[in-house]
Amino acid sequence: MKQGYSKSHYWRKSKSAITTFLCLLSALIAVVPLFLIFFYSLSQGIGALNLDFFIKMPKPVGESGGGMANAIVGTGILIGLGTLFGLPISLFTGIYLAEHKHGAFASVVRFLTDVLSGIPSIVVGVVAYIVVVLPMKHFSALAGGVALGILMIPTATRTTEEMLLLVPQSIREAGLALGIARWRVTLRVILPTALRGITTGILLALARAAGETAPLLFTALGNRFWSTEIGQPIASLSVFIYDYAKAPFSDWNRQAWAAAFVLIFFITILNVIFRFVTRGRYAGNGN
Amino acid sequence: MQETAIDEKVTKVPLVIGSQREAEKIMNVKVSTKNVEAFFGKSRALHGISLDVPKNTVVAIIGPSGCGKSTFLRCLNRMHEVAGGTRKGSIMLDGENIDEYDPVVLRRRVGMVFQKPNPFPTMSIFDNVAAGLRLNGMVKKNSLAETVERSLRQAALFDEVKDILDRSGISLSGGQQQRLCIARALAVDPEVILMDEPASALDPIATAKIEELIQELKKNYTIVIVTHNMQQAARVSDETAFFYLGQLIEFGGTERLFTSPQKKQTEDYITGRFG
Amino acid sequence: MADTSSNIALSVAQQPGGGAEMAPSPDVFVEVKKRKSANLGDLIFQGSTAFFAFLVFALVFLMAYEMFRGSTLSIDKFGWSFLWREIWDPVQDEYGALVFIFGTLVSSVLALVLALPLSIGVAVFLSELAPRWLEKPVSFLIELLAAIPSIVYGLWGIFVLVPWLRVSVEPMLAKNLKFLPLFKGAPYGFGMLAAGIILAIMVLPIITSISRDVLKAIPTAQREAALALGATRWETTRIILSDARSGILGATLLGLGRAIGETMAVTMVIGNRPEISSSLLAPGYTMASVIANEFTEATSDMYISSLIEIALILFAVTVLLNAAARIIVWSVTNKFKNA
Repeated sequence: MKQGYSKSHYWRKSKSAITTFLCLLSALIAVVPLFLIFFYSLSQGIGALNLDFFIKMPKPVGESGGGMANAIVGTGILIGLGTLFGLPISLFTGIYLAEHKHGAFASVVRFLTDVLSGIPSIVVGVVAYIVVVLPMKHFSALAGGVALGILMIPTATRTTEEMLLLVPQSIREAGLALGIARWRVTLRVILPTALRGITTGILLALARAAGETAPLLFTALGNRFWSTEIGQPIASLSVFIYDYAKAPFSDWNRQAWAAAFVLIFFITILNVIFRFVTRGRYAGNGN
Repeated sequence: MQETAIDEKVTKVPLVIGSQREAEKIMNVKVSTKNVEAFFGKSRALHGISLDVPKNTVVAIIGPSGCGKSTFLRCLNRMHEVAGGTRKGSIMLDGENIDEYDPVVLRRRVGMVFQKPNPFPTMSIFDNVAAGLRLNGMVKKNSLAETVERSLRQAALFDEVKDILDRSGISLSGGQQQRLCIARALAVDPEVILMDEPASALDPIATAKIEELIQELKKNYTIVIVTHNMQQAARVSDETAFFYLGQLIEFGGTERLFTSPQKKQTEDYITGRFG
Repeated sequence: MADTSSNIALSVAQQPGGGAEMAPSPDVFVEVKKRKSANLGDLIFQGSTAFFAFLVFALVFLMAYEMFRGSTLSIDKFGWSFLWREIWDPVQDEYGALVFIFGTLVSSVLALVLALPLSIGVAVFLSELAPRWLEKPVSFLIELLAAIPSIVYGLWGIFVLVPWLRVSVEPMLAKNLKFLPLFKGAPYGFGMLAAGIILAIMVLPIITSISRDVLKAIPTAQREAALALGATRWETTRIILSDARSGILGATLLGLGRAIGETMAVTMVIGNRPEISSSLLAPGYTMASVIANEFTEATSDMYISSLIEIALILFAVTVLLNAAARIIVWSVTNKFKNA
């Protein structure tokens, strides 16, 4: 032992080393499932990941082959509808929150937006069912779009608000000092400056919506045939994964993996882009 | 009663006056402030400032940090309230009370250049200069290019940027950005230009260019410049106001104020006994 | 002298009309407005943004209201006893939420038990131990974990996790620990354990990232103070952790909220049998799963009403959890911002 160091010193030091190691181990363990999922979806799905997958329609039960063309288009339509409902609300509310940083009502809205983000997607689906499916008396892409739109609102609103707040106050002052009306400064100067960050944030919200399954189960329902009608049930990538995963046909299982891979591939790309774009303090300002 | 030292060349006002306008013209005053007090919430930043800014002159406002110079400047174009402050006292522009104006319109007549250059990041050089006109929704396409060129020339920037007008406004150097901001302010054709330490973020060469510019601009505009650099004030201005702790201590012709100040505080500041 | 002139200037009536000496050229500008007019554009703009903000405000209440309306049938028939009735019989039209509440609780608590130590470990790693160049990519990977859709987790659960449990883990547990009621029963693979593990993976990113943020919000000065007193790395971290404990609590509550509402991943691995069992190896059923599985098959109005009522319970629980968690997290990060 070195002179002056007691036994307890070594014990404390080794405790520190052990716990550091444990934390490192936790980090490794935590990250492993991610790689596992990527690896499995690629390896299991690669057999089915061909051109047919993207352009062919699903084959009847029992037959192998075919693709998910209608599901891919369906997901696109559903996201489009969701954006239609969710985007205006999110943008305007985000602007309101950014303009009233310290307002009382703004704080309440901000709080409720956060609460909204914690509501399970299946509950949102139930609400969409009550509000759209019941009056229409059948399932529809519209109902699915409403559910997805509601799901998009919390993320898109907070992103909009945060990106707007990143724009330096000096820009607003410059606009006002030129004798430009306040609302014009917000709309034509501040918003464009924050636009890049806002757009990527919205893309992220879209990515989340694309992966949603539960709310679609009883709103958009699903459709084995080609349909782009808004008032009718529509196929979606996520519901297809669900159906094909449960099926006893290994060919279908492979297609489910392929679809899963496509989904997480795009989600990852969008996340990377978001990280890249919002690096640094002045996101979108180019400073 | 505020004691203000006034230049000899201001004449007595005739007792028979046909209109406010004539009175102002005779007195040669562009901006007139009377007992201006400014507050941030409860705390008072300015105590009863009364001074008159003559037309087509450069008035410098000097004083140590935190003495209210910038606050006073921002009162003149009502930007003080944008930052959440309140104001008492009257400010007249050409004899008209600015509180009775739509602040948006006021700010077209009284432009501002800030300490740190702040061109709009997503706009090109051309769009930056044109912004004040375009975003007010009233502009004729034909005259836009002319106005932009004229403003850039007035800001002594045109020759340097005439081939890169569509490049981003923030791709320029600091000094060029500041001149761009000046051009942007000039484009809306103001009458008064307020400058809040316009050269403090710039290198000496860029600073010299700005100071040259100010001398040129005063031929057509009235300029009020806040600066913490006394030598700059001495170089650039016709009249100087010395602020201390939110009060106007002395106001007068620059040469006289610097060579024979009337107040002890002024003298102490100028000679560097405090800063 | 000056005062006299100023006084005269003030006392003269102002002349209407006309602009300044240097009138702007008329083909570019509009006549200068003299009266102070409230800018119409500003009003419209403020009004619209406030309107949409109000829509978001109303949304939560609207959702609650609609679900109440949709479940009046079952609320009227079963009342509060709905919460503790163990029966779920569509044939007889008799329903009760207890099985599902149990399933949701057990799977979520199991998930937390598994995830919490790991999450804190990772959070400590990211905030205290990892060098900059390592922290950013690892944080990003954790974020990606959170972005993977539930259905993909479910897919992975069915084809990778469950077989692994059925073949390797559960037989071992059943053989060696069968004296514990926790591990009784045949190892199907599908069941509460699988659900707990998958939920743990899904909940880990949330708890980790919020805990990391809370830890980072604590000023470096605190760590420096401890180190300067001769504390080891770990001892310093313990102090910081105890400072952050309410924030970590908030993070855990948020993770719990997410686990409770998780649908697809759980549905695909939990077995979907409406039974209460003490064994982790047995299949179970959660609130979210029963809605997902049976909503489209619900034949009677009472059936649907009961399902909607379960959705309402889910809604209420997650809203309360979230609200409590956000308040806690917010107050913790604020405490250190203002320190």
